[in-house]
Amino acid sequence: MEQKEKQILASIIGSVLTLGAYSLYVYHKHIAANPAVIDDFKFWGKAFLILIPVGIAVQIVIHIIFAIVNKIATGEDIPTVDDERDKLIELKSIRISHWLFTLGFFLAMGSQALGMRPWVMFAVLLGSGFLASVIAEAARISFYRRGH
Amino acid sequence: MARCVITNEIRKLRFLAGEMTQQQLADRTEVTRQTVAAIENGKYYPSLELAFRIAQVFGLPLTEVFSFRLEE
Repeated sequence: MEQKEKQILASIIGSVLTLGAYSLYVYHKHIAANPAVIDDFKFWGKAFLILIPVGIAVQIVIHIIFAIVNKIATGEDIPTVDDERDKLIELKSIRISHWLFTLGFFLAMGSQALGMRPWVMFAVLLGSGFLASVIAEAARISFYRRGH
Repeated sequence: MARCVITNEIRKLRFLAGEMTQQQLADRTEVTRQTVAAIENGKYYPSLELAFRIAQVFGLPLTEVFSFRLEE
């Protein structure tokens, strides 16, 4: 497995763990105590606004830990510059991510058009954003593995 | 529609250049070693600019490093 693939895999695991842990935290701290809060726009606004910087911070920490562990295990430094192949693969994965999130956005708006409760829209937005990110990263691994 | 296949002689040329390593070629063409490996294995077709850079490292014209054919 290439260094980049391992790095992406670490990033995917980080994303899954972050969202999982954050969801559990939010559920136990807010929703379990007061289930009515689930349809409160203010609650969802805060939940999204906190999740974004937390997610970024976790990814930075994972990147640093990965660089240290990789240096100890293989003696190689992580490449600091992305070359043309890296950029091409990133563009392709971003395209996948955009399509998936767009699909999620339409589903979220559709849920409101069908008269569903507001939490459904937010849950679909959150879920599609997460899936778009994870699937795009998995696609990057696939592009590195099988070539393109 | 015919499929474009690009092959290369990079492995042989590295050997003839005193067993130049992938990392050395990568450093001289300003890409990662993984990209050199992917080009050698036919997993990635380089841009025209990178192809010229690689040919320049070996001091050869592009057509002696890369060849092109169409497959049905």
